[in-house]
Amino acid sequence: MDISTKQTDAPPPAPQPALTERKRDARGASRPGDRIFLGLSRGSGILLLVIMAAIAVFLTYRASLAISKDHGNFLTTFEWNTNLTPPVFGIAVLAFGTVVSSIVAMAIAVPVAVAIALFLTHYAPRRLSGPIAYVIDLLAAVPSIVYGLWGALVLVPHMQGLYGWLDDYLGWTGLFSWDGGAPRAMLTVGILLAIMILPIITNVSREVFRQVPRMHEEAALALGATRWEVVRMSVLPFGRSGVISASMLGLGRALGETMAVATVLSPSYDIQASLLDPGGGTFAQNIASKFGEATDQGRDALIASGLVLFVITLLVNGAARAIIARRKEYSGANA
Amino acid sequence: MSTAAVTDKRPSTLRGASLPKWSPWAIAAGSVAVAAGLGLVAGLHSKVQWGLIAALLFVAGTYGIAARVEGRRQAKDRVATSLVWVAFLLAVVPLVSLVWTTVARGVKVLDVYFLTHSMGIVADSEPGGGIYHAIIGSLEQVGLATAIGAPIGVLTAIYLVEYGRGRLAQAVTFFVDVMTGIPSIVAGLFILSLMLIFHMQPFGFAGSLALAILMMPVVVRSTEEMLKLVPNELREASLALGVPKWRTILKVVLPTSIGGITTGIMLAVARITGETAPVLLLVFGNPFINNNPFEGAQASLPLYIFQQYSAGNDAAFDRAWAASLTLIAFVMILNLVARGIARWKAPKTGR
Amino acid sequence: MAKRIDVSGLTAYYGSHKAIEDISMTVEPRSVTAFIGPSGCGKSTFLRTLNRMHEVTPGGRVEGKVLLDDEDLYGTGIDPVSVRREVGMVFQRPNPFPTMSIFENVAAGLRLNGNYKKSRLNDIVEKSLRGANLWNEVKDRLNKPGSGLSGGQQQRLCIARAIAVEPKVLLMDEPCSALDPISTLAIEDLIGELKERFTIVIVTHNMQQAARVSDRTAFFNLAAVGQPGRLIEIDDTERIFSNPSVQATEDYISGRFG
Repeated sequence: MDISTKQTDAPPPAPQPALTERKRDARGASRPGDRIFLGLSRGSGILLLVIMAAIAVFLTYRASLAISKDHGNFLTTFEWNTNLTPPVFGIAVLAFGTVVSSIVAMAIAVPVAVAIALFLTHYAPRRLSGPIAYVIDLLAAVPSIVYGLWGALVLVPHMQGLYGWLDDYLGWTGLFSWDGGAPRAMLTVGILLAIMILPIITNVSREVFRQVPRMHEEAALALGATRWEVVRMSVLPFGRSGVISASMLGLGRALGETMAVATVLSPSYDIQASLLDPGGGTFAQNIASKFGEATDQGRDALIASGLVLFVITLLVNGAARAIIARRKEYSGANA
Repeated sequence: MSTAAVTDKRPSTLRGASLPKWSPWAIAAGSVAVAAGLGLVAGLHSKVQWGLIAALLFVAGTYGIAARVEGRRQAKDRVATSLVWVAFLLAVVPLVSLVWTTVARGVKVLDVYFLTHSMGIVADSEPGGGIYHAIIGSLEQVGLATAIGAPIGVLTAIYLVEYGRGRLAQAVTFFVDVMTGIPSIVAGLFILSLMLIFHMQPFGFAGSLALAILMMPVVVRSTEEMLKLVPNELREASLALGVPKWRTILKVVLPTSIGGITTGIMLAVARITGETAPVLLLVFGNPFINNNPFEGAQASLPLYIFQQYSAGNDAAFDRAWAASLTLIAFVMILNLVARGIARWKAPKTGR
Repeated sequence: MAKRIDVSGLTAYYGSHKAIEDISMTVEPRSVTAFIGPSGCGKSTFLRTLNRMHEVTPGGRVEGKVLLDDEDLYGTGIDPVSVRREVGMVFQRPNPFPTMSIFENVAAGLRLNGNYKKSRLNDIVEKSLRGANLWNEVKDRLNKPGSGLSGGQQQRLCIARAIAVEPKVLLMDEPCSALDPISTLAIEDLIGELKERFTIVIVTHNMQQAARVSDRTAFFNLAAVGQPGRLIEIDDTERIFSNPSVQATEDYISGRFG
């Protein structure tokens, strides 16, 4: 609200020597210096657009080369054998694994992140919440490969007990049955991804909760609401769209995360109902794992799977932006 | 004190019965004790199971006792409070573990020798060796990426804030948002597709290009925010003196916001320094020192960590942890310095 | 149902800053008491101590006693949440819950307190909206969002929301300062009706308003900037405006300062 208006009102043009020049000058382009500077900055903007277009075009081009040679069905084949002649590969398993790991990650991360954001804005002692928020900011900067290393060497051994326990008590659901293999299945990946996207979802949600107008909270308080009722009546409804878009941003990260998944998951080109048995890979993990042994033909196939990932993340991020944009209008109307 | 439960209808008094302040601790202690007892009797080995039982007992106990004494609404409030605390503690555990393990296991082989030697004559399975070649690779790749990404990012932000109106600016704004969400591996694949077309072998600069693509939108966003903080009065004052627009931007707008812009660039640098996936595809890794980013495979710190992890033996794991500690230290220092600059320069940027 | 308020020796702090000092007064049931005084003299702070909203502000702290029919709001074992149900509040800017409909806004306080049958809820909502002189204007659009109403209507909606839970006391913090003259008049008429059922305390900057609506008027002032605010005097409104016993009050009312 405060800043967006500034963008539209341009600074007044510089004093003009002659009337005829004024038209061009209003666009800041009559002097050589101005012209060069505008050209440079506009050129940079255009370059960004060109890069985006080039990404789409070149990925599509290489992908089409690969798919035309594919003797499997690109969408439904389970295998990934790109070094065969003819190659047989498909993204069914990858799509499955990517979706499942992201769902697990979101199911864990979103409630916890929202709770932490509430903790920081409404529950924590004031002196504590500042430093904690700062630490969470820093944790968002930890490189994903470090999460991957930690996940593989620390988290995985610790999952053994949880896997056994889940198998004992919830194995009958099918979702949590375990064949006793290394605990490097989708559940572990999901948990690790959840830990990784926790900081970003927390940060965005915290900002949104902090913007809840004081008067809405006081309205609830003055009616005799408990703290939890204040949160439910005024904080959560106000922050809902913000939390959704924060979750989408987190989802975008989880979908595209490569190294952490590549270190932790033991992939299998197979689909399992259980989250504890090896089943599925993810797009990004598959690219990282298969790249070393891939020939040029195999690389094209990997590019094809990357194109699918690209499109999915575009859709998710687009949705997140759309929600944020709608929220701006909404809160503006109510201000 | 009245012990009658507050009914759901109009409370006739303000004096709602309430639990004493120490009650959460008492309930917590009680649930831990009961859980330990249950665990011993049932012979559960894992302490995690004990913890889970204790947590469940705590929530149920809080609700039960509070509902009885204080009423249902207060009970819900207490449960929500305890859940929020539990969520916080739950999240703290892995994050503390991550930092702690990295430091504890990283210091084992991290010394001057480790920082100044490469893996050239050391097999992955032996102890010894170091990360010198990886540091060189990372610095060169990130440096080149910054040299490309930062100016383009800043110029784009200038365009959006100072000139941008109409369709083009809208499109740029939208696609900068979209670009922020590109997975790093996709940026890597894009450069890879170009390299496949021109039949090129991996080299450092290819990685820099992918990193630059990842860096640009981050720089645009942060620079835009900073430029918008510069009060319009400053621009108008300068323009009214007859200073051309480009000089106004260079001499007035940019100096005013330079602190914030630097901070944004440093945060972006910190982010791309940790990127592994594009480097894996484009730079490939190299145990030897290669000082030339424009020819031949190079190493990089995050990639080094991945490859040492993949080697799968204790000596390699030690090196992976030590490299992680180095990487985290570098990223954190960049972050802290960036925030320091932001704070130090903050009064100049507006209000 | 209205209750009497007895304040004695009340002091309120923001952190280490003392905002108001040693205030004592009595507010009679079924009357309107107006608080007047220059900005920053602590009227609103004092008002917020009467339903324990002051302590919601970070660093907010209160010493002294507030008796609501002989029961100390700050006594041990008192639940601030119950206090706020007995002592309702209307704020300076209308603040209907933006995500709720008109109906839900009025029913919000009731819903907090357990299950009401739909028909009973309907009755109470209608009664409260009628009580707030809003029923005729909104009866056809109860399910529309409350934020779609005009400012004056929103403020009456907030009053309806506050009286729906049948509080004993109604606190109003400059309820008309964000409204146009016609809406202000509507609210003032409403206050006149509401005092049949509630004890009303209103903070206002508008001296004519204080003179029009209140039975008693309290004048607050502070010795200097940074000093805590104090109660200068409280008396029948007529007397305060015609013949106040303190010189400062007369100066303020006649516009010689503040």
